[in-house]
Amino acid sequence: MTNDNTQDKQEQPGELLETRRQFLKQSSAITAIALVAPALVDAAEKKLDEKAADIFEKVPLSIEINGKQHQLSVEPRVTLLDLLREQLHLTGSKKGCDYGQCGACTVHVNGKRVLSCLSLAVMQDGKKVTTIEGLATGSTLHPMQLAFIKHDGFQCGYCTPGQIMSAVACINEGHAGSDDEIREHMSGNLCRCGAYHNIVAAIREVNAKGGKS
Amino acid sequence: MGKFFERPLVPDDLDRVEGKEKVTGTASYAAEYDVPGVHYGVLVNSSIAKGKISTLNTREAERSPGVVAVVTHLNRPKIPFWDNPPEQQDNKRVEGQEFRVFFDDTIYFDRQPIALVIADTFERATYAASLVKATYKKESPSTNIKNNLDKALTAKQAQDYSRGDKDALKSAPVKIEAQYTTPFQVHNPMETHAATVVWDAPDKVTVYNKTQATKIAQQDIMRTFGLKAENVIVHSPYVGGAFGSSSRVWPEEMAALIGAKKSGKPVKVMLRRDEAFNMVGYRPTSVQRISIGAQSDGTMTGINHEAFGSTSQYEKFAERIVDPTKALYNCANVSTSYRLVPLDMSTPCWTRGPGETSGSFALESAVDELSYALKMDPLELRLKNFAEKDPDNGKPWSSNYLKECYESGAKKFGWKNRNPQPKSMQKDGWLLGMGMAAGIYHAGRSPATVSATLRSNGTLLVQTSVADTGPGSATIMTQIAAEAMSIDVRKVEFQWGHSTLPPAPGQFGSQTTASTGSGVYDAVKALQKKIAGMLSGKQGWAFSGLPVEDISFADEMIVDKNGDKVSYDDALKELSVKEIKAEFESKPTEEREQYSGYSFAAHFVEVLVHPETKMVKMNRVVCAVDAGRVINKKTAASQVYGSMVWGTGIALMEEGILDHRYGRYVNNDFANYHIPVNADICHVDVLFTDKPDPILDPMGAKGLGEIGLVGFAAAVANAVYHATGKRVRDLPITLDKLL
Repeated sequence: MTNDNTQDKQEQPGELLETRRQFLKQSSAITAIALVAPALVDAAEKKLDEKAADIFEKVPLSIEINGKQHQLSVEPRVTLLDLLREQLHLTGSKKGCDYGQCGACTVHVNGKRVLSCLSLAVMQDGKKVTTIEGLATGSTLHPMQLAFIKHDGFQCGYCTPGQIMSAVACINEGHAGSDDEIREHMSGNLCRCGAYHNIVAAIREVNAKGGKS
Repeated sequence: MGKFFERPLVPDDLDRVEGKEKVTGTASYAAEYDVPGVHYGVLVNSSIAKGKISTLNTREAERSPGVVAVVTHLNRPKIPFWDNPPEQQDNKRVEGQEFRVFFDDTIYFDRQPIALVIADTFERATYAASLVKATYKKESPSTNIKNNLDKALTAKQAQDYSRGDKDALKSAPVKIEAQYTTPFQVHNPMETHAATVVWDAPDKVTVYNKTQATKIAQQDIMRTFGLKAENVIVHSPYVGGAFGSSSRVWPEEMAALIGAKKSGKPVKVMLRRDEAFNMVGYRPTSVQRISIGAQSDGTMTGINHEAFGSTSQYEKFAERIVDPTKALYNCANVSTSYRLVPLDMSTPCWTRGPGETSGSFALESAVDELSYALKMDPLELRLKNFAEKDPDNGKPWSSNYLKECYESGAKKFGWKNRNPQPKSMQKDGWLLGMGMAAGIYHAGRSPATVSATLRSNGTLLVQTSVADTGPGSATIMTQIAAEAMSIDVRKVEFQWGHSTLPPAPGQFGSQTTASTGSGVYDAVKALQKKIAGMLSGKQGWAFSGLPVEDISFADEMIVDKNGDKVSYDDALKELSVKEIKAEFESKPTEEREQYSGYSFAAHFVEVLVHPETKMVKMNRVVCAVDAGRVINKKTAASQVYGSMVWGTGIALMEEGILDHRYGRYVNNDFANYHIPVNADICHVDVLFTDKPDPILDPMGAKGLGEIGLVGFAAAVANAVYHATGKRVRDLPITLDKLL
């Protein structure tokens, strides 16, 4: 369970985080084990496997998402995509394959497009993440979002957030000079409905209008 | 009839009504509902394709942190319908025994779910699932259709067909005969199948799932668990692509239902991509033999089409593989047969252009082969055998502008510039090929119930349970409602994708606009009649006592013959009501039975083939389509673009490959099962005849979701033949087959 200091969940994370911080303060692993051991024994006696696991499994993470700073505590095995979707309820980033093969999970990390399913959350410490939810300015949609609507650059809508995040990056990278170039640099984002034709039209238009973001 | 939409009030390029939700990431799909206390279910899959589970050890998984339950066939709750005697398990929608997840120890297909591990986080459930250990009594699976043709069966849905003289083609002066094969193709919608289940009470459940038909999902769940209709609520407004794969309830939904019942927690299950290959349907593999005979002037004298398609060992799934052969050409002597070959795999299901896509690849490739045998232009050959009425049943077409499609498509494409000689054309050092093919797809219509409510704020609420998996149905229904009500389209609120709304047919078979669209039209007309009746019945004002038919609706006003007018909201005030609601069940007319309804298409494809590597590039495409009246130019064109992308995949890259020794997929991910990416696609011109069908429905629309795909793969294969002189009859056309 993630502990989001900006919006506390039902569980009180304070104690756990405190233990974790103490754990990290120790430079010696032996000291750390000595410190935590009684807690582990206690947990084992009370059959509290989970609490012990929590102590060992979670790592603090400081991350800015869509302009908002989060202080989190996450398991190292949690991907950025699952952190966004399952713990922060930012479900705009989609899971289409979970193996980095479809692009539906594309987000921006420090301004560059990244496959969030192939990125562990803990590796993003100190970084700035932008997801589809953070692309618009208030109620004003980003030019790429408007162009996708205008050119019907989607059907089912599932690959769309990833396509749009990639499309914005494609222009920022300077890879939208021609239709062929757009197609090449958008080929990491699969669309099974087959909206490619219209996606290219949307990017072409935004690029022509100097639509850097 | 037919006048509707003649001069639409509503823009015919209206943006999608749900567009903003989709581009901002706020549209919620099946696994994205923020359900308090939701737990994560991860499936454990069998490591064999056929046999029995001997032992199943879940102890370690159960003790793993966060795990609340592990469900298997050994501890599943009783499931009323499945546990009934077999004769009481009659599921009308399937022939055979539907698959029952966690039912017993029998394994019918590779990676069949054998357990569901439920934990408080996805990571914990995933890890714990790796701890479940099974041993098996293994049997040798059969998954190769070609080795099992002798075991083929007939299905109720696939009877032998014959008209005229079966032997006519024996005496034909020109004859071709060939065998074509198509591989397993997997829908692979970008959203994998998922379900989130909450048991609100022991006999009441809410399901957030991925379905093309909330009502069918509701009925499947009601039947299986013995529940009342009002106690099964299915939400599915956003579906991340389906293409036929969400036309029934699948193991992941049942597993979530069973898991949530067993654990007492809300449970969500989302399939991994590899699981989406063997659990939620696919297009069956086919082997087809076609013979066509013709006079030397090109007149077809006989067609014989013999098809084999795969199915599972437990159900007979039949599609419409030989249907295009029955109706596309004016040939007096036609015989078809279709047999099912049971394999040790899960059951296939409807896949975009179900049957017609594979069947038309064979038929339209064969017609191209015939054109070379006749030394006749393939377009001319098709025109020569154009059917003026449906040759299958002798009925007149409800409308048929296929000739216009041939003409406009050929013109736009520049077909006349084609040198008929194979391997004769080049561009930039590449071999250039031009090919064409025709498409035909049944225009269906089913009953649909819709409600329309005029509200005191002057808005119109339209509700029905129809799905919108991406074709743009929500937008089109909004347009139809606005047009029928004569109201600004921005004042229409359309609600869909929910089982508590009035019943609509599933969104498949290219019938949504014709069925549910007619429902919207009829419901609005019923509402107008009701309003007019109420106005007429109210004493002491302009409309009192007027015949209902003298009261009309135009430009957001209610008008009588004398020119007296009242606005919609003022009418409600006059009547002292907050809203007026009408519900209507719309059904196909009897007149329709006297006609044969189909959509048609002509596809023109130009490919480039590298002379050394044999790489095939799509270079240019023109699709000319007769789908009746086009209601939304944007979404309609998108349907054809999408079909062209599917057709490109089917022609050039898509193939589910199994290791037949183990009955196991070896390419069940996007790195190895190739679907077209943006760079694989070329420019497409889509031409619509845009002429209303006068018979099928009030809008004059015919189906559009599949017609763009029917015949497309053949057009590509024919272009590849024209470029290279090599006829590939075994899809996909990968470069190794051209070397």
